[in-house]
Amino acid sequence: MRPRPASANERRQLWAGLAFCSPVLVGLVAFTAYPILASLYYSFTRYSVMKPPVWIGTANYAHLAHDELFWKSLANTAYYAVIAVPVGIVVALALALLLNLKVRGQALYRTFFFVPSIVPLVASSVLWIWLFNPQNGAINALLRPLMGSLGLGEPPGWFADPVWSKPAIILWSLWGVGGSMVIFLAALQDVPRELHEAAQVDGARSWHRLRHITLPFISPQILFVAIMGLIGAFQFFTPAYVMTQGTGGPVDSTLFYSLYLFNVAFADFKMGYACALAWILFLLILACTALLFRSSARLVYYAGEGR
Amino acid sequence: MAEPDDSGGRGMSRMATIAAHTALILLSLVFLVPLLWLITSSLKTDAQILRFPPEWIPSPVTLKNYPGGLTFIPFWRQLGNTLLISSLTVLGTLLSCSLVAYGLARVRWRGRNALFGILLGTMMLPFQVTMVPVFVMFARIGWVDTFWPLIVPHFLGSAFYIFLMRQFFLTIPLELTEAARIDGCSEWDIYRRIVLPLSKPVLATVGLFAFMASWNDYLGPLIYLADESRYTLSLGLASFSSQYGSYPGMLMAVTVVITVPIIVIFFFAQRTFIQGITLTGIKG
Repeated sequence: MRPRPASANERRQLWAGLAFCSPVLVGLVAFTAYPILASLYYSFTRYSVMKPPVWIGTANYAHLAHDELFWKSLANTAYYAVIAVPVGIVVALALALLLNLKVRGQALYRTFFFVPSIVPLVASSVLWIWLFNPQNGAINALLRPLMGSLGLGEPPGWFADPVWSKPAIILWSLWGVGGSMVIFLAALQDVPRELHEAAQVDGARSWHRLRHITLPFISPQILFVAIMGLIGAFQFFTPAYVMTQGTGGPVDSTLFYSLYLFNVAFADFKMGYACALAWILFLLILACTALLFRSSARLVYYAGEGR
Repeated sequence: MAEPDDSGGRGMSRMATIAAHTALILLSLVFLVPLLWLITSSLKTDAQILRFPPEWIPSPVTLKNYPGGLTFIPFWRQLGNTLLISSLTVLGTLLSCSLVAYGLARVRWRGRNALFGILLGTMMLPFQVTMVPVFVMFARIGWVDTFWPLIVPHFLGSAFYIFLMRQFFLTIPLELTEAARIDGCSEWDIYRRIVLPLSKPVLATVGLFAFMASWNDYLGPLIYLADESRYTLSLGLASFSSQYGSYPGMLMAVTVVITVPIIVIFFFAQRTFIQGITLTGIKG
């Protein structure tokens, strides 16, 4: 299309549009465009903030291959993502399905399940350190007699034991599924009732109705929650930092990717290396999201898509 | 629920209803026990908290953890810092995001779709990528250990909230704004006098989310605030927890005090909360 001379009105609209958008135009330059370029540049340098960056080529990226803590943090993050995200979805979905039975007091139950998810992150982290306390915590106080009577011995050491620290964090994360539950519940309420009734008349069992009517209908929301959960897992930081005082202990068992990145940047002041880690993080998130989209394409049903 | 209980009740036998209630009550207990434990612990002496087997209901009840905890850390100062940062954050977010959303939704200009696309793209970018250069930038202008890095960026728009507001502004009937335009109203007048007053629901949702995010933020204050007199509540609580873990009673009391305002806000703004979350889920 050949550019035609702008009319006075178009020019006025252009200036008005730019004026209204000026905050974000400044913001995009200052807090996105420039930092992206700078971060890319720093990732090829040795940089401690105190002294100017020194170009070292791809050394930061090459170093990743030999960095044990990088691999450890990646493995920890994968462990968390692979278990916490799907289990979180199943729990949130189960709660939403239960609430959707429309028994009396639904709103009250919904509130009970939802409230933990809005407890401030630091507060809930501090609380759960104490709940998980191996000697005096409430969880082991409940488990000890139970496991004792079954002859299973002592309950887990949770944050005192590298084997149990990640399961502890995953259990903590399940306490906060209220947000996903609300998303699923809203989606469930949009599933056409006639479909269920028709299927019931045809004698379909409730399991089949769940599998062939409900789940396909809410699959876009399931994909959304899965993607957000995955991104959240890669960026998982605050609880791990607060519960372990930034160490990622015991024995680096809760050193998640973003926690390691933070420590590299702000404890060791290796800003160049931290930027390289950040770019790898970005690529990992992109790759995993794309993979999730691809692999779910056949499973996700969009109402009105006509198939 | 106000809605008549027709289909749910019809499909379910008496047994099924009882089973559903049993499951819901048990699950509610699982979700609530941690909070109940938090509250009861804040009402115990440290010796009572460490007692085994634990006292589920404290006897005797003590209130002294509250004045104790709130003076042990500079609580009022940290509360003031947090309120200052979060109220300015809300103000900046509402102002900048509504302006930009108006420019994207209601002003017709070349490039608005491109800008919108770029904004959506930035939502994919993890915070960690820009974290270091932004820190370096703030360090250079001497803003480390001030509140500015936690406030100023919010006055320059945030892609997700702009997106939410834009979608809302698009639903306002065109006739309303066109009529005003014919009457000679400027874009600014239309924004101020027509669009903003009609947009209270989305402003409430975005304001609430921005407030919560700021109240809960830990990473930001952790990066930028060094002096204890400038700590926010999140930072103060975490440092209290790591330094004085041997005072669990006071620690739990402070944790209760930080949690309660959020729960109170939730009860007053339940609809806004739930709507906001569903909105984000459906539009995703």
